[in-house]
Amino acid sequence: MNTKNKKIALTGGYAVGEAMRQINPDVVAMYPITPQTPIIEYFAKQKANGKVKTEVVTVESEHSAMSACIGSSASGARTLTASSSQGIMYMFEVLPVASSMRLPILMAVSNRAISGPINIHGDHSDAMAMRDTGWIQIFAENTQEAYDNTIIGMKLAEKALLPLATNMDGFFVSHSVENLELLEDEEVKGFIGEYSPKQSLFDFDNPKTFGPVALQNSYFEFRKQIQDAMLKTSKMFEEVAEEFEKISKRKYGFVEEYRTEDAGKVIVAMGSVCGTIKETVDRLRDEGKNVGLLKIRLFRPFPYKQVAKALKGVQDIIVMDRNLAFGTKQVLASEIEHATGKKVQSVVYGLGGRDVFEKQIEELFLEEKSPEYLM
Amino acid sequence: MNKTYKKQKFTAATTCAGCPIGVVARTVLNATDDPIVVTNATGCMEVTSTIYPNTSWKVPYIHSVFGNAGATASGIEAAVKSLSKQGKVDEKVKVIAFAGDGGTYDIGFQALSGALERGHDFLYVCYDNGAYMNTGNQRSGATPLGASTQTTPFGKEAFGKQTRRKDIMTIVAGHHVPYAATANIGFLEDFKAKVKKALAIKGPKFILVFSPCVALWKFPPAKTFEVAKLGTETNFWPLYEIENGHYKFSYEPKKRKPIEEFYGTQGRFKHIFKRDDKEALLQKIQKEIDDDFARIKATVESHQKV
Repeated sequence: MNTKNKKIALTGGYAVGEAMRQINPDVVAMYPITPQTPIIEYFAKQKANGKVKTEVVTVESEHSAMSACIGSSASGARTLTASSSQGIMYMFEVLPVASSMRLPILMAVSNRAISGPINIHGDHSDAMAMRDTGWIQIFAENTQEAYDNTIIGMKLAEKALLPLATNMDGFFVSHSVENLELLEDEEVKGFIGEYSPKQSLFDFDNPKTFGPVALQNSYFEFRKQIQDAMLKTSKMFEEVAEEFEKISKRKYGFVEEYRTEDAGKVIVAMGSVCGTIKETVDRLRDEGKNVGLLKIRLFRPFPYKQVAKALKGVQDIIVMDRNLAFGTKQVLASEIEHATGKKVQSVVYGLGGRDVFEKQIEELFLEEKSPEYLM
Repeated sequence: MNKTYKKQKFTAATTCAGCPIGVVARTVLNATDDPIVVTNATGCMEVTSTIYPNTSWKVPYIHSVFGNAGATASGIEAAVKSLSKQGKVDEKVKVIAFAGDGGTYDIGFQALSGALERGHDFLYVCYDNGAYMNTGNQRSGATPLGASTQTTPFGKEAFGKQTRRKDIMTIVAGHHVPYAATANIGFLEDFKAKVKKALAIKGPKFILVFSPCVALWKFPPAKTFEVAKLGTETNFWPLYEIENGHYKFSYEPKKRKPIEEFYGTQGRFKHIFKRDDKEALLQKIQKEIDDDFARIKATVESHQKV
């Protein structure tokens, strides 16, 4: 099977666009924003060439993009969109409506810094801003993962009946050309299957009211059912990843443990920086240093158990956040402390697309105390 | 439950006594036998019809947020197009958006404009009561000159709202929609006919229906239709259609009544009548209404000549 899979050089944006073509959704809402735009441009071209059956809605804002997605998904249509940064801030109001209605909308996110000041480059501020809106969030390290996560994400969202955001670092992944392996169209089609939700607006014999007023006697329950669904998602993620491995021969866990077995010092991070960390780990390992990386792939629901297990014997933990949480501990650092019950060293890095070099990662590994900011 | 009630597509809501919102909903829904999907902006209609676990809607209905009725309708319509091609849904499904004036003139303006420009096949019905009534009467872009609201109250320095209503019909017409019309719940047969006509046309349709607010315009509940009719008889609310850019009156009062007769029925304008400059103010209001009407009339007449 695997032999006929195509190896190809693509940017992250085009790889995600290609996954979307293979998913061949019923409806896609699109609005441009850097660094997401290559995704929708690629997809629009597929539509123009008759390669997809999709109804494309070229909305006038991201607020309307997500609103159109909600209308479409509630109607029982497989629905996707893509966004970044200010786009996510602009649609913020409707994000929790999607999860409350249990709509499996997939949003491909090219992560970018949020204003102000305005900056178009890659960091995780947008993903962190939406982290409590009831969306499943998966992070990619490279174009291969960005592509795979789109396909895994579509299936997972529909299984969990929750909206899902796939995240890739803007520019670092979205605009970088890398080699990746693509699945055959038929493999993707078979993997995601037909989408036929039990509840939809198009059930005219059993008309439903979506989005009612919920007062003190029911609002709490509506919110709690999102939490219940989110907690059930972990098991589903495992199942979907296993199925995906069967067609792709690529194994994806909640986290990726890179040379952590016997490691005394481990960096925990998400996204493209993990590539740089892996290189550094390899080099330091060659020099006899017992260091490793724990890469977080599934960020919501957060894999506390898997993280605790992976970091069980590790003494020194450094957590890298590509986002700055003001007046509080950093987001990923807090999650890791919560998961392990250990104090971690928290480092904020790469805001607004600032580069991180192996030299800096090496220092993190070798110095006893890491700086609060890698500036 | 009697048979007629059971057959209703919109049943009792928790509106104020004398509120015409139920009339608006029923008139629109009953105008077609085709399957309907409704989307509704946040507002009086939504809040009074969907308090969980009850719902007044016997047709599929979705409410999402305040400012996105046009966009939600776009998504539903895209789903109709996509799924009907795949044989999964009847292509005759009618997509109908309801929003108040706040959700249309103001916060939902951009979403409405986008949806009209993109040419989605749907009907947008704005029930216009001239202010944010669900939150207790704050001014909107539809609030008329001189109306006292909670955010434009009258006082020593102010006579209520200092500016005129936004001309939403001209703006909608500027989107080159195939059909736009004003309507009035006081002219129910005309309203019905317009909805029927709109639903038979492909593309984006817009109906702006005059929908007096008993509680916050401050008039007795039994007078809703009387007040509504006075709106049109005074030319405050002219009834006309814009079909493919062509303006046509659907009703024209033989002799328009003075604006005092409409303003005088409502508590929101009461302060005007107690002011020393009452005459000058009423003259200013009358002039603007007459000018607006003259402009529409001139357009209607120029189109008759074509």
